[in-house]
Amino acid sequence: SPQVVWSMLGNRQFCSYKMTTKTQNFCRNEYNLTGLCNRSSCPLANSQYATVREEKGRCYLYMKTIERAAFPRRLWERVLLSKNYEKALEEIDENLIYWPRFIRHKCKQRFTKITQYLIRIRKLTLKRQRKLVPLRRKIERRENRREEKALIAAQLDNAIEKELLERLKQDTYGDIYNFPIHAFDKALQQQDAESESESDAEREEDDDDEDVDKREFVEAEDSELSDFEDMDKLETSSEEEEEVEEEASHSKSKGKTPLKGPARRKRPYIEIEYEEETEPGTKTKAA
Amino acid sequence: EIKNKQRRHFMFLRWKQQQRKEKLALKKKRRKEREALGDKAPPKAVPKTIENQRVYDETTVDPNDEEVAFDEATDEFAPYFNRQTVPKILITTSDRPRGRTVRFCEQLATVIPNSHVYYRRGLALKRIIPQCIARDFTDLIVINEDRKIPNGLVLSHLPDGPTAHFRMSSVRLRKEIKRKGKEPTEHVPEVILNNFTTRLGHSIGRMFAALFPHDPQFIGRQVATFHNQRDYIFFRFHRYIFKSEKKVGIQELGPRFTLKLRSLQKGTFDSKFGEYEWIHKRREMDTSRRKFHL
Repeated sequence: SPQVVWSMLGNRQFCSYKMTTKTQNFCRNEYNLTGLCNRSSCPLANSQYATVREEKGRCYLYMKTIERAAFPRRLWERVLLSKNYEKALEEIDENLIYWPRFIRHKCKQRFTKITQYLIRIRKLTLKRQRKLVPLRRKIERRENRREEKALIAAQLDNAIEKELLERLKQDTYGDIYNFPIHAFDKALQQQDAESESESDAEREEDDDDEDVDKREFVEAEDSELSDFEDMDKLETSSEEEEEVEEEASHSKSKGKTPLKGPARRKRPYIEIEYEEETEPGTKTKAA
Repeated sequence: EIKNKQRRHFMFLRWKQQQRKEKLALKKKRRKEREALGDKAPPKAVPKTIENQRVYDETTVDPNDEEVAFDEATDEFAPYFNRQTVPKILITTSDRPRGRTVRFCEQLATVIPNSHVYYRRGLALKRIIPQCIARDFTDLIVINEDRKIPNGLVLSHLPDGPTAHFRMSSVRLRKEIKRKGKEPTEHVPEVILNNFTTRLGHSIGRMFAALFPHDPQFIGRQVATFHNQRDYIFFRFHRYIFKSEKKVGIQELGPRFTLKLRSLQKGTFDSKFGEYEWIHKRREMDTSRRKFHL
């Protein structure tokens, strides 16, 4: 009988559903109406009991009566409640007519709470949801390692300094910095360009101004997009085709293969020194 | 065969020393031979690096390619490069940013001129984007945060431009950088874009270039660098000074971070129906150590 059950499980001996904390006792039984461990809310210690539970968004009323106490399989009778809140409350009242006030009240309270949290779930799923993507440790480690190695291989400071010096040479800074040696080198470069190629002097002068940029364009695989910036500053796109032709012919006439920028720029400097001395010699040999 | 570990270890060390000595002797011998030959010596062998051995990518941009030039004159960045639009950037984060991310956003806003930081309080990106377009923003940067550190960056060019999603790592705030200079000033910095060789790299590079106004103020002497090395894009912000005609000194100021491209979408940010130009597929693309896509 229920009193015996309660005096054994509830008060004195062990109940596996009971969880005690400092202030309260809770009941972990899934059919419990309030969640607390009381004489009136223990589903084991009351032969007439009812609960409201929800499954997949629909609420059901579960009822237990004394007549079915001997048949555990048929013990809990389940009634689907309507989706309409007021109608469902009326259904609870209908089904639990003549039941104790406590159980009716608590059932309706529980049903209210359940509908409220279901509404909240539906609202939240419409909003954005944070998608958690699990990290793979091996891949993370691999990528970190590769990043470190790439950083070392990049030699960022050197690359930046090189790029800045090149821009200085291309005269993108205009007249802000005046280093006299720089101007002298530019003049030498122009001289060198005139003496070497066999094309017209006019074309040569044009080529020089554009060719200085064009050299950057061809060789520096490193900094191709800086070209776009520089090009936008200095030229418009309509001139591109002409420059392409000129540059192609110029490269043919010079007969140099595109090398790295600094290396190529180094060569003219050295060649200036030698060629001016030996030029007459080579010309006579050819003749 | 020696069962005693100490003795075995000792023998191993001795063997190692022996190997090292032999190697050194071999090196010396080779060097002597090389000097003896003098001019006739065979040229020095170039060591293999990953950059040397890189698998040739057929989408590498040839500088003379007209098709590429034409494409770039007519793509979404053309108005920027023709100086019709001035960049205006909106920086925001994912929900509830923590301290580090907030400070990083602020520093990023000082680095990029004409940028504004707005905090997101549960607003959907899809609804922000039309508002941004209405207010004339050209770019949107979203910094994604996880466990109090920023770890992702979404860069979206606004009037329906491409959207790039990056994984961000090793973020250093200004106070964590050693030997740093003072704060960046309001001058427009120059931009350096290094090593963007393929078509994909080109488009990403243009995206970065479109963040900064076209005319850098050389008085400011500031330069922002995006350097691509083996598919990792390193961002640095420096102040430079030309000590002489062949020497330049740089001083790092401003935050630094590295990016790795995860995906490139054609339109603006849309995770469900977007058309992806490029996604990083781990199984296919990570198989070779010498193959890079940027």
